[in-house]
Amino acid sequence: MALRFEVLGRFNRARAAQLTLPHFVCQTPLFMPVGTQGTIKGLTTNQLEEIGCQIILGNTYHLALRPTSELIDELGGLHKFMNWPRAMLTDSGGFQMVSLLHLADITEKGVTFQSPVDGKPMLLTPEESIEIQNRIGADIIMALDDVVRTTITGPRIEEAMYRTLRWIDRCIAAHKRPHEQNLFGIVQGGLDPVLRDICVRGLVDRNLPGYAIGGLAGGEDKDSFWRVVAQCTAALPEDKPRYVMGVGYPLDIVVCSALGADMYDCVYPTRTARFGTALVPEGVLKLKHRAMADDTRPIDPTCACMVCKNYTRAYIHSLVTKDAMGSQLLSYHNLYYMMQLSRNLHSSIVRGRFPEFVCNFLQKMFPKGDVPEWVCNAMEVAGIDISSCCAPFPSAQD
Amino acid sequence: LEGLSIKTISKIGGLHQLLGLHEYGFVAVPRDSIQCLPEANGTNKLGASFETPCGRLLIKPVEYMEMISSMKPELWATLADEVPAWVSDKRNKTSVDRTIKWLDECIVSSPVGGAVFGAIVGGSSLEERQRCAQEVARRNVSAGYWVGGFGLGESMNERPALLNAVIETLPEEKPRFICGLGLPAEEILQGVAAGVDLFESTYIYHLTLGGFALTFPLDSMEINASNLASSDVGSDLRKINLRATVFRKDTTPIIEGCTCYTCQNHTRAYINHLLNVHEMLAQILLEIHNTHHFLGFFRSIREAIKAGRFEEFRKKFVQSRCDHLAVASLDVGFSQTRLV
Repeated sequence: MALRFEVLGRFNRARAAQLTLPHFVCQTPLFMPVGTQGTIKGLTTNQLEEIGCQIILGNTYHLALRPTSELIDELGGLHKFMNWPRAMLTDSGGFQMVSLLHLADITEKGVTFQSPVDGKPMLLTPEESIEIQNRIGADIIMALDDVVRTTITGPRIEEAMYRTLRWIDRCIAAHKRPHEQNLFGIVQGGLDPVLRDICVRGLVDRNLPGYAIGGLAGGEDKDSFWRVVAQCTAALPEDKPRYVMGVGYPLDIVVCSALGADMYDCVYPTRTARFGTALVPEGVLKLKHRAMADDTRPIDPTCACMVCKNYTRAYIHSLVTKDAMGSQLLSYHNLYYMMQLSRNLHSSIVRGRFPEFVCNFLQKMFPKGDVPEWVCNAMEVAGIDISSCCAPFPSAQD
Repeated sequence: LEGLSIKTISKIGGLHQLLGLHEYGFVAVPRDSIQCLPEANGTNKLGASFETPCGRLLIKPVEYMEMISSMKPELWATLADEVPAWVSDKRNKTSVDRTIKWLDECIVSSPVGGAVFGAIVGGSSLEERQRCAQEVARRNVSAGYWVGGFGLGESMNERPALLNAVIETLPEEKPRFICGLGLPAEEILQGVAAGVDLFESTYIYHLTLGGFALTFPLDSMEINASNLASSDVGSDLRKINLRATVFRKDTTPIIEGCTCYTCQNHTRAYINHLLNVHEMLAQILLEIHNTHHFLGFFRSIREAIKAGRFEEFRKKFVQSRCDHLAVASLDVGFSQTRLV
């Protein structure tokens, strides 16, 4: 174990905590930007610190391909290679392979795939995933899991869940640096509460430093999504961090935090920036829209980031399709937005003002009171009264 | 700036507000050597033609002045008819006549608060260059002189004579600004020696795009800086191409001791990786270093001039390149001998 997790404040299931990792002391709930290939699109490490990023994510699959984990190790680890002084998390590489590669397949041995370089058949085993991650050197490493999309049904889900449990033991055995890197287990089981429960108990038995809720954020309906998160956060130990992988939209993060999750990652803020979309309290702002061409306001008048303090929507509009700087500015703003959201979640819980924060957040996003039903249901389970932001339901439901 | 209307730029308050750069002066010139090149065939008596990403555009002096008034730069150059070196004498003469005419039209609608550079053209003709310079020198141009029409096809050998023809005709006390020259030894030093004060060029832009980083020693640096030696054997001492595999594991900065953000924070190995995976950060880091280094080069030039040793500086700079090429060929000869 190479971390300390100390809860500083609560509201029902939601908690604000201090997560001490080898490279950085973090405050949760927190969002982790994804720096796929050892960089977050167009932003310098200086800017990431300015924005307030605490942990960034590196993708094992991409880094193992280029520049290779051996080279990163030889040059002193990923922190040193990219000169990032704060914390880092690497994923196992499995999910990327299955989603990116043609003919990737999962067997008991591991993930078989065709090398994207020369088409040769290759195999990523739990042992090898951990070995690569040991070389990269991140503060948190993820177990190789057998992940299936929640839109799939049938015996494959059960098979994947049990395999994930068998693989966690192989991951633990292969892990050479438990005092410097924290191995998180990943809860699988699709949308089936029985399977999820078995997986949670199996992982908790192994007494890992932290736990992730995997297999979500893949197209399942929101109602199923929050219920799985709620079930897992209720069953996972209180005193260890809970990471919901692949989440996501600001609204989803607020709901999951209310239900007791602590950490999130997603490509959404940076990816949507590259398409010209900015995150704002009301939802999103599409900078490519013609109306932006002579709008001389900042993206978000309430935002304190460098982009909103210096640039107008009109200027960014003129950049977004033509110049790399357009997406760079939007990435900066969007990540700042996510970091500010993280800070607000943490501080509102610590100060005992979490329900007010949630209501305020929902009011801005749904000014007509049309808060989605799944959010209302989740908040009820979380014990947060959001009736002030919800218009009464119409008699005909859609 | 075809994306932003003049009205919107005015509403925002001009270039400084638009770009959020309040501590810098701006100089506006009609030609953008990267994106808006002068298209001499399209230019006619009404206005100057440019090839832009949005197609060919014709700009009339009055339209140009509307843009200038909206953008509010500290300095701006008048609209010119720039022609490449190979046009006919007649076309060249026309370009001078037009440029002078437009100069007068632009000055008449000068906005308050900006200083103007009078544009001088004349192609590859000594007489036309002189004629244009004389005419412009007669006008009251508050900022100085913008010498256009270079970097458009004239040979390096013709340039000194053409430059001198212009500069000798211009009054001493106003600055001379030239576009289109960027190579340090051949062009910048040549321009400085002829009396040019301000330079604008795309040299850095193209270097960065190609993955190059400037490494030539500045006057204040030791010529045998520690990390410039071995990996650059056989290459040009003035720059390195960070795409090269030789840099994969090079944990030194681009230049040891360089104070730019890139050299203070990152290694050649990291930039090599970023280039290989096509990440935008590569260009950002390279541009930072190259700009910093190039500006440092100009600082060295200023210091050499002030200390009265510019000619020595220039000779040493040009010489160090030749020396290195000679040494490199010697090395090759030596190792070939050893193989035998």
